[in-house]
Amino acid sequence: MRQGTQPIRADQGFAPTFKPNLPYRKAMGVAWEAVALLAILLGIAMLLTLLVKVFLDGLPYLRPQLFTEFPSRFPDQAGLRSALQGSIWLMVLTALLSFPLGVGTGIYLEEFAPKNVLTRFLEINVANLAGVPSIIYGLLGLGLFVRGLGLGRSLLAGVLTMTLVILPVIIVSTREALRAVPASIREAALALGASRWEMVRDHVLAYSMGGIFTGMILALSRAIGETAPLITIGALTYIAFDLHGPLDIFTVLPIQIFNWVSMPQQAFQRLAAAGIIVLLALLLSMNSLAIWLRNRLQKRW
Amino acid sequence: MEQTALDIRNLCVYYGHFLAIKDVNLSIPRNQITAIIGPSGVGKSTLLRALNRMNELVPTCRTEGEILFDGQNIYDPKVDPVEVRRRIGMVFQKPNPFPKSIYENIAWGLRINGFRGSRAQMDEAVERALRAAALWDEVKDKLHQSGLSLSGGQQQRLCLARVIALQPEVILLDEPASALDPIATLKIEELMRELTKEYTIVIVTHNMQQAARVSDYTAMMMLTGEGERSGTVIEFAPTKLIFTNPQDKRTEGYVTGRFG
Repeated sequence: MRQGTQPIRADQGFAPTFKPNLPYRKAMGVAWEAVALLAILLGIAMLLTLLVKVFLDGLPYLRPQLFTEFPSRFPDQAGLRSALQGSIWLMVLTALLSFPLGVGTGIYLEEFAPKNVLTRFLEINVANLAGVPSIIYGLLGLGLFVRGLGLGRSLLAGVLTMTLVILPVIIVSTREALRAVPASIREAALALGASRWEMVRDHVLAYSMGGIFTGMILALSRAIGETAPLITIGALTYIAFDLHGPLDIFTVLPIQIFNWVSMPQQAFQRLAAAGIIVLLALLLSMNSLAIWLRNRLQKRW
Repeated sequence: MEQTALDIRNLCVYYGHFLAIKDVNLSIPRNQITAIIGPSGVGKSTLLRALNRMNELVPTCRTEGEILFDGQNIYDPKVDPVEVRRRIGMVFQKPNPFPKSIYENIAWGLRINGFRGSRAQMDEAVERALRAAALWDEVKDKLHQSGLSLSGGQQQRLCLARVIALQPEVILLDEPASALDPIATLKIEELMRELTKEYTIVIVTHNMQQAARVSDYTAMMMLTGEGERSGTVIEFAPTKLIFTNPQDKRTEGYVTGRFG
C-alpha cells in the first residue's frame, strides 16, 4: 500500500504526482452536508411552526358546528358549511369536466397527432399555459363565462374557470404518463394486427392509468387551494344557504378562510385557523390518495 | 426451389433522404426458414420490418418496390397494414410480453382480430398456441400470472405463442435469441424447426452459427460498396451453399470470419 502523499512512480518524469489530501476533502464533504441539512431543517422548522400555530389556534373551533353551520357575524355560531359544499361541488364537477377534456387532448397529441409544425405549436402553447398565473384565467372566466355566457357568479362559471386553470396541467401529466409506456409494447400490439386505437385503448392507456390519475388528483388538489381566479369571477360572497345546483352562487374554503382572516375579531382568526386545518386535511388526503394510486397502478418495465 | 411465400421485387427503403436498403430482390420460400445475415448496420432489420409494414411506424420512412404475398402487393394502397400484420406475424429482439396475464397475452390478439367463440373455445385456442410454442407445460398452472413473471426465454416463447395464436402464414423473427442464454436459445431454435411444418419463417441473426444451424436458405446482406451506407442482398442461396461454397467473395469473407 502506498502511503499518504508519496508520489507514484515519480521516477518517470512525465508522470503526475498525486497529493490525495484526504483530510481536507473529507472535511469539505462534511461541511457541505451540514449546509444542506441546515437548509432542509430551516424549511421543516418553518412548516412545524406554522402547523403548531394553526393547530393551537384552530383546535378549539374544530368542532361539529364548524361543518354544520353557515358563516355568521358571531364567531361562536359560524361554520364553513357553505364553503365546504362549494369546494366539494367545485372539485367533483371540475374533475368530471376536465378529465375527459384533458386526457382526450393528451391522447390525441401524444398518440394520434401528425408530427408537424402545428402540433408542435400546440404542444408549446399547452406547456406555456400550465405556467400562466391563475388570476389570468380568472379574468378570462369573468369575461367569457360570467359575462359573455351570462352564467353570473354561479358555481358553473367557477367550474368552467377552474377547468381552464388545471387543463394544461392534466394534459401535460397525461402525456408524460403515456410516454412512459415503452415503444416495444406499442410495436408488439401493432404487429399483432391491432389498429392504432386498439393499441392505445388496451395497452398504452391501460398501463398509464396510474400516472394519469395521479396527475389528475394533483391538479385537483391545486384547484382546491386556488383562490385568485374564483375571487376574480366574484365568488367572494357571504353565503348562508345550501348549494342546490350548478347555477347557484357559491363560495369555497380558501375564500371563506380569507374572509375570516380579514376580520378584526380574534375569534375569527381562530376560526380561520380551524378552516386551514380542514383544508390541509383535505389536501393531504388527496395527495396521499395520489401516491397510493401511483404505487398501486404503476407498471415497472 | 419450393413455392414462394413472399416475393420481394426492387425493394428500396428510405429514412428521410437516407437510402437504407437498395434494390432488394428475393423470393422467400414457403415452409422454410430463411436467415438474413450480414454485418451491423446493413439494414437486416429494416428488410425484415418491410415484410409486415412495420417500418411505416417511423414517420420519415418511405418504401419503394413491391412485396408480393399470395400474388398481392402488400404495399398496394388498397391493402391495410393492419391485415398484413395479422397474416405476417413478428417476434422482436427483446421479449416484449404485455404486462397482463399469460392467458391475456394470447387472448388479446385473438379478440381484436375478431375471434368469436365461447370461453371454452378461447381456452382451447390459448392452450394450442402455448403448446405450439413449447410453453404449455411450464405455464399451464399459472395462466393468470403476469407474463412478466416468466424468465426471458419463456417470455420470448410467449411472444411467439401470441403470434402463432393468430395463425399467420409467415413469422418474422428479429434476432429472437440475442437477449437469451444458450439453453433458451436452443429451445427457440428447436421450436423454429418444428414450426416450419406450418409456417414460413424469416429470421434476422448476427450469429452465423445460428443461421447455419437452423436455416434452410440464407440471404447475405452487405453495403452496396466501399464508403456507401445503403445495404442490399448480395447473395441468396441454400444455407449449405452459402457456408460451403459461396459465390460472392464478400460472402466468403464474412462467413469464414475474415471480416464483418
